[in-house]
Amino acid sequence: MSPITTNHYLFLSAALLAVGTIGVLTRRNIVVILMSIELILNAVNINLVAFSNQLGNVNGQVFAIFIITDAAAEAAVGLGILIALFRNKETVNADEVDILKW
Amino acid sequence: MLDTVLFYIFALLTLGGGILAITRRSPVHSAIWLITSLLGVAGLYLLQRAEFMAGVQIILYVGGIMVLFLFVIMLVNLDVAAKEKRYNSQKWIAGACVLVLIVQALWFVAEGAGRFKLAQATPAGAADGLGNSEQVSRVLFSQYLLPFELASILLLVAIIGAVVMAKKRI
Repeated sequence: MSPITTNHYLFLSAALLAVGTIGVLTRRNIVVILMSIELILNAVNINLVAFSNQLGNVNGQVFAIFIITDAAAEAAVGLGILIALFRNKETVNADEVDILKW
Repeated sequence: MLDTVLFYIFALLTLGGGILAITRRSPVHSAIWLITSLLGVAGLYLLQRAEFMAGVQIILYVGGIMVLFLFVIMLVNLDVAAKEKRYNSQKWIAGACVLVLIVQALWFVAEGAGRFKLAQATPAGAADGLGNSEQVSRVLFSQYLLPFELASILLLVAIIGAVVMAKKRI
């Protein structure tokens, strides 16, 4: 087996990004859509840490920490919105939330 | 050799967990598979000698964000949603969006990894005998001090936003 290089990590990151994108675009359940966004953010983090390792420089890891902070904030607010939505509309289906549609 | 085997194990956990997370019918199963995927990512961080990131990943993602997800799944009644169909009709749009990535990946496999040249490490940027956590904290608290403080404001806004959103009356 060949040794693992940064390219392997980049490939994995791209694949995870694709999986997350498909999840966001195709699922109807808002909870699963939020989970897919977490997958996308994780793909970005894998990329950043891989380059940090490649360049021998920890700046990439610091950026990844900021992205994790953003992910936590996004999950908290997103799930809060979901609870408010469920209280008002009794649904977690993204297709049924269409008041702004014309 | 061991690194290679571990990489493929963690990559399988990450990708397999992710794919299962977006295809399961029950959101609880999705959450469990997403936890598997996140643990795989933590393992990948360990393989790249980013121990601090691995710890943060497990404590914050698995211990914090996913528990929050599970609580919300418990709070909202999903029995109706679990019986409906899982996917909407956007799969062609989704396919078009990831088509570029898939073509790129296939090209990557066809050409082989040796074709791609990445920037090399500068000697000045190399580690100077400090552990990973020390290096991260030095950069975080000197070069990125202002963004660090701004992140705390962001978290405060998120806390207030979440509380306001989840209140009985908005």
